[in-house]
Amino acid sequence: MSEIAEKVKAIIIDKLGVEASEVTPEASFTNDLGADSLDTVELIMEFEKEFNVSIPDDQAENIGTVGQAISYLEEHAK
Amino acid sequence: MSLRRVVVTGLGAITPLGNTAPTYWEGLQAGVSGAAPITRFDASKFKTRFACEVKNYNPDKYFPTKEGRKMDIFTQFALIAADEAIKDAKLDEEGIDKDRVGVIWGSGIGGLTSLQAECIAFANGDGTPRFNPFFIPKMIADSASGNISIRHKFRGPNFVTTSACASSSDSIISAFNYIRLNMADVVVTGGSEAAITESGVGGFNALKAMSERNDEPELASRPYDKERDGFVLGEGAASLVLEEYEHAKARGAKIYAELIGGGMSADAYHITAPDPEGNGVVLVMQNALRDAGISPAEVDYINTHGTSTPLGDGAEVKAIQKVFGENAYNLNISSTKSMTGHLLGGAGAIEAVACILAMQHNIVPPTINHFTDDPELDPKLNFTFNKAQAREVNVAMSNTFGFGGHNTSVIFRKLRD
Repeated sequence: MSEIAEKVKAIIIDKLGVEASEVTPEASFTNDLGADSLDTVELIMEFEKEFNVSIPDDQAENIGTVGQAISYLEEHAK
Repeated sequence: MSLRRVVVTGLGAITPLGNTAPTYWEGLQAGVSGAAPITRFDASKFKTRFACEVKNYNPDKYFPTKEGRKMDIFTQFALIAADEAIKDAKLDEEGIDKDRVGVIWGSGIGGLTSLQAECIAFANGDGTPRFNPFFIPKMIADSASGNISIRHKFRGPNFVTTSACASSSDSIISAFNYIRLNMADVVVTGGSEAAITESGVGGFNALKAMSERNDEPELASRPYDKERDGFVLGEGAASLVLEEYEHAKARGAKIYAELIGGGMSADAYHITAPDPEGNGVVLVMQNALRDAGISPAEVDYINTHGTSTPLGDGAEVKAIQKVFGENAYNLNISSTKSMTGHLLGGAGAIEAVACILAMQHNIVPPTINHFTDDPELDPKLNFTFNKAQAREVNVAMSNTFGFGGHNTSVIFRKLRD
């Protein structure tokens, strides 16, 4: 797994209080990992901070699973 | 329409003297001080470097980490005290109509820790706003009552009262009124505060309101002592379950006491200084006695506001003498802030709990740290100095006054038919 993927998983485990085994690429933040709308906003902010990127709202809407977050950040992280 | 009767059926507390209502009471009757050097932040450059903190506090003991992080510490305290009171009153049992259970809480400030942390983070950044989505819901004072209702599914009236250090006496009176007026059958009330932060301590220091007796923290809160030099900041929460009398009887609830009256008034004098004549304080006690329908001679114990400030303590005593006349000499008077410090918006709630437990045990908790008589105060008054006193307490009054000139007084009585 890439370094980015490792960091993304760690953030999700910390912020959503879930087990590492649950954080699979297909896992949806809201449907599988118990996030509500505010949790999702907080996750996106943590990604922005950790990877020094700015994720526009219309793109953030498309980040709904662990895998989507990892591929977005692998593409955009500086 | 006749007013319904209201009784107390549950108690909870997390205080500088103990993290449950029973341990709080143990500390009160033993005359223990909750003051110690500040551990929550580095206070080395502050004028006041001590406070009455809640001891051994670990939020993870009470909340899953993810849940705890979404709440300011003042809301955590609120949930802990309310949970204890709700359990004590057996409110979560089947058969309670939760549409008729409200939550009316008090907090003078709200989530100061969260506000401060978010502002510091912004100031340390490059100007890009990265405010946490939980920041506002953590900070706003009403998050306390909101979170209690969410946890227990209480769908009755729900709000927070804010009147500085009178906040949680005002929440108790509001709860009393909503039940009396048949707008709810049960209300979980109380108050909490957690302002032992850089901005809280620095702000009160700037007002010259706090004791600076850094060498002797445990001796610093000394209401009615000639050498008093200001209040000691405290933190924590207390909760009372108030319930309509017939409702409580029908379900066989344990009844601690009856809430028989409440009074409110304003000084209309100065934003922080008390009226030296105590006119607003006279008025509030008269209003409470009238609401309760009792005479001054019936009161056994007054838990005073008594914050240990040079001006405030004297004004309140003068007012008590005006209202109670000769009966003032038969009263037990004490300021439990000598032990707990000043919980600001939580003060009314923890002191109401002190009054109720004083009635239950027939013991008046003391005003500790008395060394030197204040020649301005009548020596014939019984301030319950230094040691708890045994006394049949049938009626107890709790006074609280807040910056802004808010005065509130509530009266409890042992239950009788």
